[in-house]
Amino acid sequence: MTATFVGIPPFPEAAREAAGNAQLRHNLRRATHTIRDRRAAVVGELDDWGRLRAAGKAIKERTLRHLDVHLERLEAAVTAAGGHVHWAADAAEANAIVTRLVKATGETEVVKVKSMATQEIGLNEALAEAGISAYETDLAELIVQLGDDLPSHILVPAIHRNRAEIREIFLRTMADWGRPAPADLTDEPAALAEAARLHLRERFLRAKVGISGANFAVAETGTLVVLESEGNGRMCLTLPETLISVVGIEKLVPTWDDLEVFLQLLPRSSTGERMNPYTSTWTGVSPGDGPQEFHLVLLDNGRTDVLADSVGRQALRCIRCSACLNICPVYERAGGHAYGSVYPGPIGAILTPQLHGAGGMSAADAALPYASSLCGACYEVCPVAIDIPEVLVHLRSRVVEGPGHRAEKAAMGAAGWALRDHRRLTRLQRAASRMRDLVPRHLPGPGAAWTSTREVPEIPPEPFRDWWRRTRGAAAGGAR
Amino acid sequence: MTGSRERVLARVRAALADVPADERPEDVAVVRDYDRAHAGGGEAELFELLADRLVDYRASVREVAVEPGGDAGAAVGAAVAELLAGRGAGRLLLPPGVPADWTGALPDGAPALLRDDGLAVAELDRADAVLTGCAVAIAETGTIVLDGGPAQGRRALSLVPDRHLCVVLADQVVASVPQALARLDPSRPLTWISGPSATSDIELDRVEGVHGPRTLDVLLVRTG
Repeated sequence: MTATFVGIPPFPEAAREAAGNAQLRHNLRRATHTIRDRRAAVVGELDDWGRLRAAGKAIKERTLRHLDVHLERLEAAVTAAGGHVHWAADAAEANAIVTRLVKATGETEVVKVKSMATQEIGLNEALAEAGISAYETDLAELIVQLGDDLPSHILVPAIHRNRAEIREIFLRTMADWGRPAPADLTDEPAALAEAARLHLRERFLRAKVGISGANFAVAETGTLVVLESEGNGRMCLTLPETLISVVGIEKLVPTWDDLEVFLQLLPRSSTGERMNPYTSTWTGVSPGDGPQEFHLVLLDNGRTDVLADSVGRQALRCIRCSACLNICPVYERAGGHAYGSVYPGPIGAILTPQLHGAGGMSAADAALPYASSLCGACYEVCPVAIDIPEVLVHLRSRVVEGPGHRAEKAAMGAAGWALRDHRRLTRLQRAASRMRDLVPRHLPGPGAAWTSTREVPEIPPEPFRDWWRRTRGAAAGGAR
Repeated sequence: MTGSRERVLARVRAALADVPADERPEDVAVVRDYDRAHAGGGEAELFELLADRLVDYRASVREVAVEPGGDAGAAVGAAVAELLAGRGAGRLLLPPGVPADWTGALPDGAPALLRDDGLAVAELDRADAVLTGCAVAIAETGTIVLDGGPAQGRRALSLVPDRHLCVVLADQVVASVPQALARLDPSRPLTWISGPSATSDIELDRVEGVHGPRTLDVLLVRTG
């Protein structure tokens, strides 16, 4: 994949363009509404969903509050089971570790299970620079990779593509990467899935190195867990001789029993299934079964900056189900690319700026907390109860406390001065009422941006308290 | 290369400065008042639910009824022979520990039996089907869990062939995910299987049949 998010304009601009793309809006609407209904049906089956959700939240909080202890436990357990543990402070370090490990095997090809962490660090590009070809094997990732495209959804990175577009990409590009698509390929989803099966089969069977992420890492036992649907994950986790898993430090859960909560929450929230077709768990290496060389790369890359913010920290509870994307009215219309990050949608709007946040937010990052109407639907569906609106508002305050925003700060300062004293407020309101005919519909200067999508509210002919006193103040008494 | 170990851990500790120093990991409360199981009822109800959920995910289900005191192995063998008779012979892959009875009713050489003693991947790829047992089956979710124990073998065996025949015995069926986890050993590599391989990657609509076995036949063995 040579495409990159670098250079994508900030959200308002990118979203305006995306919202004008009728095909994209059609694809997104269809897909998000399908999955919403399925999720609602399987969540409705469980009477104790609210209690499972509360437990999921509590387990992740327990993990995060003592993350150092759990990380050390995980390291000890994985090592005891024959695995090797590496620590990466940032993307460059993680990429260097993985590149070195692949080179040590002498291989120049790796097969990959879909992984947000490796997308986040740009692993495929780093490997390509070192002369190593990384083949994505998840169907949607394959569509993105073949189409030289960017992911637009956490679960289904090619959600912005419909079946006809996918057929066209397969016919045009599969031959460049390996086995070509059949010439008579139709756009039936089953036929497209079959084409992907044939294209990747040979590659799986000869692969020597697999690279994955993990949905969960159990600290107490050293067990890694990957949930998937297609069987490409099983292929990559089972057939190669060497397995390298890149896992964010927030993926931990303390104990084996904790999985009983997440293995119920995640499939139902994510694909709207009672259980996803395949879940693999492994602990270090098992003689005679699967890769005999296992490396776990623990990735920070900004996560400790998120952890340091006691409000924003809850974003690290995320189990990447994508229910918040599927329910979001903004995501449905703007699409994933507009967020300019591998983490789009509501969770991306709070995660991306925080992950990048150490050196102050860029203009693109500072726009993300505003990519929301604060309707709260994302919080409702979140299986670990991340209060996304709360974090959005918190991040907005961080944005305006930062450099710039002089007009806003002046306006807020003036509002504070006016509101602090009721006599002062009354005088100002009376003055405003007298000048109401002079206020334009669209403000000049710094106010222009605000009124480009809004009208200036109508100023009443007299302040409310004057009206109250004039019409019934004497009867009601008490008004001053 | 563990050079960044101390750096990452130090950053984590610095980020958690608001956590009281005397708080221990176990002090953070987790209320587990969710249900241990959603499905009630006895063995018959669980079997019915399991069958229903498996079919919902496009697995094919065959109930193998055994008279009390009857020969379960022979009954499985007869069902296996019937299932395989329908679809040409080919090669049937067998993990170590599959009871001889399970293949006892198959005609000689049809299918040819391929016993795993560390076969290369290319040889696994020549198998048309695999016959395994399982460790646990979860009724509520229609899930079968393999743990590499007897009649299951290594993970690749139930992955590479295009058809998977899986025998589930009565005492392996539990109601729920929490009950299943309690029975499983995390140190063993586990594969949880819910229906044949599938994808939702095209317009978020589910399609069965991608890289894993495209056909999953489950034999539910019940006495009485």
